[in-house]
Amino acid sequence: MPATLILDRPGRPSPAWAEGAWTGLLFLLLAFACTALLGGSVALTRGGWEAVWKFRGVFASGWLLTLVISTASLLLSLLIGIAAALLRRSPLLPLRSASILYIELIRGIPFLVLILFLYYVVFPRVGLEERLTAGIVILSLFSGAYLSEIIRAGVESIPALQIESARAIGLTPWQTWRFVILPQALRRILPPLAGQLASLIKDSSLLSIIGIGEFTLAAQQVNSATYRTLESYLPLALGYLVLTLPVSLLSKVLERRLSPES
Amino acid sequence: MKVELHDLVKDYVSGGIPRRVLDIPAFTSSFPHVLALLGPSGGGKSTLLRILAGLEHPDAGRIMIDGTELPNTEGALRGYRASIGVVFQAFNLFPHMSALRNVTLPLIEVHGMTEEEARKTALEVMGRLGLAEHAGKFPGQLSGGQAQRVAIARALAPRPRLLLFDEPTSALDPEMTAEVLALIDGLRQEGVPMVLVTHQTGFARRVADRVAFLAGGTILEEREAGDFFADPRSEEARRFLAKVLAY
Repeated sequence: MPATLILDRPGRPSPAWAEGAWTGLLFLLLAFACTALLGGSVALTRGGWEAVWKFRGVFASGWLLTLVISTASLLLSLLIGIAAALLRRSPLLPLRSASILYIELIRGIPFLVLILFLYYVVFPRVGLEERLTAGIVILSLFSGAYLSEIIRAGVESIPALQIESARAIGLTPWQTWRFVILPQALRRILPPLAGQLASLIKDSSLLSIIGIGEFTLAAQQVNSATYRTLESYLPLALGYLVLTLPVSLLSKVLERRLSPES
Repeated sequence: MKVELHDLVKDYVSGGIPRRVLDIPAFTSSFPHVLALLGPSGGGKSTLLRILAGLEHPDAGRIMIDGTELPNTEGALRGYRASIGVVFQAFNLFPHMSALRNVTLPLIEVHGMTEEEARKTALEVMGRLGLAEHAGKFPGQLSGGQAQRVAIARALAPRPRLLLFDEPTSALDPEMTAEVLALIDGLRQEGVPMVLVTHQTGFARRVADRVAFLAGGTILEEREAGDFFADPRSEEARRFLAKVLAY
C-alpha cells in the first residue's frame, strides 16, 4: 500500500478520495464494534424492538417537533445574531452596550438555567405562556448570542483597505455589504456557523425539561412505558444525527462553492 | 485641470487630543497633466490626497476642482468619488473576484453599464495596459505589480476626470515598481490628469508637471516641477531634496 494512502503531507498529498474512504472504514468498524457489544443484550431482550415499535408514532411526532423547533429557531436566531452583530458595531454607544450586555449575559448562563429562568420566572410575567413558542424564543435567544459573535468575527476579518477601495470606486454601503463584505465573510464563517447551527439542533433536546414534547422527551416517554433503554435511546441518537450531519455536509458543499477559485 | 483649496483644515483626534494634520489657507494649481505631492512622512500628503479623493471630509474649508465645489454630504460625495479614480499602496483589489470582475463591478453597479458593455470596456482597458492574459486570474494569482496594474485599470475604466495615486509602488519590489511607473508614465502621455503621492522622488521629477511640497500639514511651495527640483525655495524642501536625492 503506498504511504500516501495513510500519510497526507505537504508535497506528498494523498489522493482526494482517501480521507472519505478512511472515514467510511472507521465508521463501519465502529458500527461493527457496537453491534458486537450490544448484540448480546439485544438477543437477551427479545421482544424489545417490538415493544418500542408500538410507540413509533411518539418517536415520529417528537422528531418532527424537534425539526420544527430547530428550523424556526434557526431562522429566528440568525436574525437575532445578525442584528446583535450590527448593533455591536454601531457607532451609537448605547446600542453597542445593549448588544454586549445581551451577548455576555446569555453566554454566561448555562442553557439549562436559562430555560428554567426564562420559562418559569420571566415569561409568565410578560404573558408568554405557550410552551412551544417559549421554547423557540429561548433557544433563539441562546443561539443568537453565539451566532452574533461568529458573524462579527467574519465581518471584522475583512480588511479595512477593502472597504476603503469599495468607497473609492463609488459603491454604496449596501453594495459594499453585498459585493465585498458578505461573500467573503460568509465563506470564512461557514465552518463555525454550521457548528453553531448543529449545536442549536442538539441543544433543543434540553427543552424537554419544560415539557415540550420534542424528540428527547418522546424517547424518555417511550423508555418509561417500555423499560427498554437501548431500543429507546439508540433511535434517539440516530435521529439527531439525521438532522445534524446534513448541516455540516451542506456547509462543506457551500464552502467549496463560495471559494474564489471555483 | 484646476485645483483650488480655501482655508482647508483637517484634525485627527487620538487619545482625546486633536492634532492638526492639514492647514492650507489658500492654494491654487492649474496643470495640464500631473501634480506630484512631495514632502516628508507625516507632512499631510496622504491626507490631502484622501480629501481630494472624497474619502475624508475636511473639518473646515472648501475644495474646488475645475470650478465645482466638492460636496460635503456623503451621498453627493459618493457621486464625486465615482467620477475620479484612486489607486492605493496595495490591496486595492477584491480577492474573491477575478481581475476582470474587479474592473467590471464598478462599471456595472456604479456607472450603470450592462454586463456586456462593462466586459467590453474592461477588456479594452486591460488590453491597453497589457493585462489581457490576466483577466481571468484572481488577485492571489497575480504578482504585486500585476495587481497594481489591474487596480489602475479598474480606476481608469470608467474614464475618470482625475486619477489619484497614493504611493502606488511603496509595497512593491524594484522590478514591479518599474512596471507600474512605466504604466503611469504612459498614462501621462495619453493626457490623463493625475495627482501623485510618491516616495519615488526621481520618478516624480520625470513625470510631474508641477510639484506641491507639503511639510507640517501645509503647502510650502507649489511650482513647475523643473523649477522646484532645480531650485527649491523653502528651506524644508531644500533639505528634503538633499536627503532623498543624495543616493
